[in-house]
Parts: sequence; structure tokens; C-alpha cells
Amino acid sequence: MLIQFTNNGIYCRQADVYIDPWKPVNKAIITHAHSDHARTGNKYYLAHKNSESILRYRLGNIVLQTLNYYETININGVTISLHPAGHVIGSAQVRLEYKGEIWVVSGDYKVKNDGYTIPFEPVKCQHFITESTFGLPIYNFPQAEEVNLQLNNWVEENAARGLNSVIIGYALGKAQRILTGLKTDQPVLLHSTIYNTNEALGFDNSRYIKFTPEFKKETLNPGIVVATGSVVGSPWLRRFDPYKLAFCSGWMQLRGARRRRNADKGFVMSDHADWNGLNEAVLATSAENIYVTHGYKSVYSKWLREHYKLNAVEVETLFEGEGIENDSSENVKEEKE
Amino acid sequence: MKAFTELYSALDQTTKTNEKVNVMVNYFNHINSKDAIWAIALLTGRRPKRPIKTTDMKAWATELAGIPYWLFEDSYDVVGDLAETISLLIPLSESNVEKSLSEVMEEIILIQSKTEEEKKQWLFSFWNSFSKDELFVFNKLITGSFRVGVSQQLIFKALSKTYSIDDKVIAHKLMGAWLPQTSELRELLSDESSSFDDSKPYPFYLAYQLDVPFTDIGSIVDWQIERKYDGIRGQIIVRNNSVHIWSRGEELMTDKFIEFMPLKNILPNGTVLDGEILPFKDKKIMSFNEMQKRIGRKNVSKKTLNDIPLCMMCYDLLEYNGKDIRQLALIARRKLLEELITETNNPLLKLSPLLDCNAWENLDTLRNESKLLGCEGLMLKQKDSIYETGRRRGKWWKWKVDPYTVDAVLIYAQSGHGRRANLYTDYTFAIWDNGELVPFTKAYSGLTDKELIEVDNWIKKNTIEKFGPVRSVKAELVFEIAFEGINASSRHKSGIALRFPRILRWRKDKKKEEINTKEDLLQLLNSVL
Ligand SMILES: [Zn+2]
Ligand SMILES: [Zn+2]
Repeated sequence: MLIQFTNNGIYCRQADVYIDPWKPVNKAIITHAHSDHARTGNKYYLAHKNSESILRYRLGNIVLQTLNYYETININGVTISLHPAGHVIGSAQVRLEYKGEIWVVSGDYKVKNDGYTIPFEPVKCQHFITESTFGLPIYNFPQAEEVNLQLNNWVEENAARGLNSVIIGYALGKAQRILTGLKTDQPVLLHSTIYNTNEALGFDNSRYIKFTPEFKKETLNPGIVVATGSVVGSPWLRRFDPYKLAFCSGWMQLRGARRRRNADKGFVMSDHADWNGLNEAVLATSAENIYVTHGYKSVYSKWLREHYKLNAVEVETLFEGEGIENDSSENVKEEKE
Repeated sequence: MKAFTELYSALDQTTKTNEKVNVMVNYFNHINSKDAIWAIALLTGRRPKRPIKTTDMKAWATELAGIPYWLFEDSYDVVGDLAETISLLIPLSESNVEKSLSEVMEEIILIQSKTEEEKKQWLFSFWNSFSKDELFVFNKLITGSFRVGVSQQLIFKALSKTYSIDDKVIAHKLMGAWLPQTSELRELLSDESSSFDDSKPYPFYLAYQLDVPFTDIGSIVDWQIERKYDGIRGQIIVRNNSVHIWSRGEELMTDKFIEFMPLKNILPNGTVLDGEILPFKDKKIMSFNEMQKRIGRKNVSKKTLNDIPLCMMCYDLLEYNGKDIRQLALIARRKLLEELITETNNPLLKLSPLLDCNAWENLDTLRNESKLLGCEGLMLKQKDSIYETGRRRGKWWKWKVDPYTVDAVLIYAQSGHGRRANLYTDYTFAIWDNGELVPFTKAYSGLTDKELIEVDNWIKKNTIEKFGPVRSVKAELVFEIAFEGINASSRHKSGIALRFPRILRWRKDKKKEEINTKEDLLQLLNSVL
């Protein structure tokens, strides 16, 4: 077998590389820059070129080689290439081929086009490693356009009532989607983590206001605040009173998740594949062997075995998946303000 | 159905009481009276009988969703709510048929008597014609789990605003038994007592836990002090030579509390008593456990009547000689109550004794006797207070005793339901028993959201074994559990059952070696008995 699941992570012995290792190793291929996939301490990094700036921003001084999508490199006979995963900017599926054996490590992915990230492309293989964050049939996500419409209606409704709209989403991926989706004349204030992430990504910040301690309430009057989950329940939010609070996450499909956070509104906006998306992606690879990682892995692998007669197994990993809010995949240090 | 679904979502999405009132007023202003009456019934907790068995609903939803049954069950485990699970699993339809709330409700009542196959076709026709949100509300209605996060008082307030009727009048009008399918909105809310129903209770006046210093509530001489009893709050109504007993939960309990039937010949017509119904034997209040046994029995046998006899500890008089006297001062009502109970001279009716206390400082001593007497604490009522409706601050306070507490270690966790689906929030705790950890109670809530997430993360990383939705975890995290009472129980492995256990706090400062033992709890059990 070309790939093994070891204590350090997903490992290709022939090329001596790990994919998204959770312990420091010599050579690491990083599917994307979320912190449960991209960790510090590796000697050499390989990632997609669109991940470069954000990886450097988050991991500091690392030795990093980048590739374009479809570009191949060869390590000790193993042909390695990266393919669009549609998860967040720079996210890639890793294809490894050795003597006719083909593996695809997909990291995190979504099949629906979000109108911002380069869309997912299926890659034919024999062995496919898939996430299962939303691997239950209760998760059927609406189209991005539909959610954007809801989002825009909501911020306008709030403004009409003199209320600020506070929107919560991950700094990497979700925040850029929210900002791209917003069509509004209202002033938009960004939490500094998001502002800085945008800067690292080269995402145009020119029409946004960066939050500083000198912030005056009148700047918004009313307006929109985009922030990360870390501010929820903190005094930081109080200065925007009166406001309405919304979360953007696939978890918002469930009423319980929405209510538990005391959210006024939940927008079902996910960077992961929903139930149909997972099935579509798995089938499109034509792979016979499916390895199911973080999420509802036992349920989803059982489904693949029973329904599609695939050779599907669950694999323990230390990927944490999308948290509901306390954003485990974004343990970036907040800059001192 | 669309308008009602929007009302439901709007109420669901705000915690602010003003907004809740506004969306209700807006709804009632725009809806026809037939729908309005159904909405009032549903909002005040009057649900029609469940027309379809849960097992059938699950099977049919699984069929329509095209998934295996185990996958339905696994999904249900995660969502935690049947109505929501089904609304998420059923493929959305293109067609959207609009039916009014009253049409839907009338169909729900009619379908009850139909065959299984007819029910299935009926259900599919609805499932195929609703939007996701409508599906959810509709499923809630047919699973009998429809609940809305608005207090009765807010509903009364909204109705009062909409129809310009005093909210206290509305509260009274809507008490008791009325059927939405046979009621007229105008009659239901009108002030004429032509259609007055003999069984109609008054809205209960409820107190908050005392949370202000005594210096803020004035002199103790202005206050009437009583015990707070641990039974079932109720009203005994005698009108037209019949007896009706209502619980605080607005349930008609007359059939369960049959020993009170003779009161129809003993109390004068036009009498409404407010008090606590208690199991009482050999001049002593029995534990609430006995009360639960009484309520649990379908039929009240001679033996039960003998083993667990009831009485009412009366503390207020709301109707006297057919007149509503709630506007009289408490002290005046109390005088009439005392006269009535003395005259009646029947062991079924006891007068809640007034406690003598000349200074606030001494009140705590009285409060501390509560548990020994089988009581929950004290009630403080201002002597000049009228009988209000609903829960209010200021004139009445309850002052409950501090709960018992025990330190215990977390050993099992299960994912929560509803609001907490997806998180491990239902915990089972253990205490030491001869060097072994034995599970002894479950407990819920009491943690902040932040702590919940922290514990949830910890659980996921420290799981020893999984069985279905339950995980056993490393015995490490210690919590302080508060509870109101303790009973011996043969149904529990530990032989102990706690009453109303909840997590008081996470004791990060404690190790599992330092938690309580079963011995400690047995000692407590014996001291209580
Ligand atoms: Zn990710
Ligand atoms: Zn992931």
C-alpha cells in the first residue's frame, strides 16, 4: 500500500512524505491552511501556491515549496500533484501515483461552487481519502446564491430598524465568502484577524474598516461587523449594541446549533460537502477503496459499504473538522490591539 | 400555514420579550378569527391528540427519504428532535400548496379515526407540499411536540394589545378547558360571562425566588410568612354542586384526586381555594415521591387511597360566595379563608399556618427547618397584596432552602438533544463505593456555553468506549451536583435516587480521589428519613 495511517499522520513511505501531519515530520504536504491540517514544526512544506501567503502568515518562517494545480513533481518514483478541492482558497486534493497505484487525499472539500473559491474537481483514483464532516443525510445545503440573498435581506432589514448586523464566520474561507456575497452600501467593519487574513490573502480590503480601539459607534450607524467566533460572548461585541447576531456555518442547518449560540440568525454556509456532495465526489473518483476521516465516519463508511458496495473503512485522524463556533481550526493568536 | 410558520420562526429567533409581543400582535392583526383561535390554542399549549404513531411516522419518513432505517435513527440521534429530523430528511417538493392553519388542524383531528393506509397517504400529501420550515412546524403539530418559547403572560399581553381587552381578563378567559374547534374568538375573549364554564380556574399567582436584600422589602410586620410546601399547587373549585381540581400546569386533576369529591357537599357553591395538594398521613407530610406514585397510577384503587391519602394545605381564597375576591388584600382574603376552613372542619382541608417571626435576621432559622418538615423553604407575601396573575416580582417571594450538594466524577456522556444536539451535554456521574466508582445520577445544564464546549472537546479526546450515542470517558473531571432531595430507589444501581439533580459547577480544583462516597449519601438519606 502506497499510503499508511500512522501516529504522525497520513504517510507515503515510498516518497517519505506526510500529508497534513499532526506531529512534526521531515516533509509535509499541506492540503490547506486551517490549523488542524497545517501545523507548525515540520522541516519542509509543500502546498498550493495560493496557500503560500496565508501559510506564512499563520505558521511564520517555514521552508515552503509551492505548486500550481495539476503541476507534477516526482519524489523517489512517486508522482505527486495537487487538484482543486473547493474548500478554501489554495485548498488542494493531493494525488499520489506509484507504479499504477493511485491515491487521492482530499483534505477538506466541497462540491458546490461558492462563487469565490476555485471549484472542486474529481480526480480518478483507486484509493480515496474523504472527510465526513457533514456525512449525514440531514445535511443538504442550499445554493450559495440563495444564502447570499437571505444574508443581504437580513442586513437590510436590520439596518431599516436601526440595528447593526454582526456576522460570525471563520477568518479563512468563510469571511471572504461573506464579504464577496454582501451587496450593500452599509459600512463594513472587520475584526482585525479577518482584516489581516484578507491582507495575507491579497483580498481587497479597500472598502472595509479595520477595527481599532479608537473605534467610534457612529462609524457604523448602522452597519455590518464581520468577526470570528472568538468574539462571541465577549465584551468586544457589546460596543455594537444594538445589534443582531448571525452565524455562517453548515451547522446552522440544525435548529439546536443555532439556539445554543443564542444566534438571532443562522446562515447555512459551509465550506464542506453536504451529504449529496460527499456521495457525488466519492462516486466521481471511481475509487473502490474509500477511507473516511473526520466527521460522521462510522455512519458514512457504513453507508458507502451498504449502499454503493464500496470497500469503505473509517480512519482515526486528529483532524477536528469544522467546529460550530469555537473554531478549533483557527487557533491563530489574536494580535494585541 | 405560511403565516403561522412565520410567526413560529419569528418567536423562535428572538429572546427579547418586546419583539415577541410585537410579532404576535402583528400576526393576530392580519389573521382571520378561525386561524387566530387555533393559534391561541397552540400557543397556550392546547394540542390535539397525536393522530399518528411515532413508529409509523419514522417508517414512512424513512421510506420517502430513500435511506435505510438505521441511518434515519442515527440522524435522529444527532438532531435530537423527531419533527426536525423528518423535515431535514424529506426531499423538498416544488409544489407549494397553501392551507390555512385551521384547515390543517381540522384535518389533523379528522385523520385520527382513519385507517393506517389513509393516514400514510394523507401524510405524504402534506410532506410533498410544504416548504422546509412549514414541514417542521407541521411535524411538530402531528408529533404532539409543538412548543413555543413564549410565556403565557406574553401571549395575554399580545392579545390584550390586539383586541384591546385587559390582559387579566384574557388570562382568566383562556384558563381551563375550551376546544378551539368549537369556540368563537369573540365569545372566548369577551367579558360577558354568559358562556361561563363552571370548571374555569383563575390564573395562578406565582412568586420568584427572593433575590433582593430584606432591607429593600420593608418591615417584616407587613409580610405574611408561610412554609413553601413540596406538593402539587392546585385550585379546588366548587360550583354548581360539582368539584374541579386544577394543577398549576393547567391540568384537570379531579379524577386523580378523587378523595376531594365529597367537598361538593361540604364547601358552599362558588368557592375557589388555592393551595398545595400533599400526601399526608399520620399527621405528617409524606415525601414528594409518594405524590409521584399517586399521579402515576392510572386508576386510583382503595389501597392507594389508603396508603397515600391527600389533603390540601390551603393558603388562599380566590372566589367566595360566587364572587371573585382576588382584588381584596391578602389579609382580608386570609380572614375569609380562616373562617371557611374552620367552619368546614374537614381533614381534607388544612390551613397553611402563619409563621411568627419578629425580625428578618431570625427568618433563616425558620427556613432551615424546612427540609426536616418536608418543605422547600418559605413564602413571603405582602399582607396588602392582591392576587395577581402569573409570575411577578415584588409582593410575593419564595425563599427556598439551599440545595444539597455532592462532588462526583463524570463517567458517561451522551450527546444532547434539541438545543444541544451535536455536543456531549448529558452526563452520568459516579461516586466512590468501597474503592469502586458507581454511577448514581444523571445531571443536566448548569454549565456555561464555554464550559460545555470545553467539556465536549475533552470528552471526544478521552473516550474509552462508545455504545451507540453514549461514550464512557476517563474518570477525571469532577463536578459539584446540587439536588433537592434524596430517596432510596430499587431502580437505580446505586440504590439512591436524587431529586432534580443539576450541575452546580465544574470543580477543576478537585481530583477524583476527593469526591464523595456512597456512604456520605446514605448518611444523608438516613438523616432525611
Ligand atoms: Zn478545513
Ligand atoms: Zn478538516
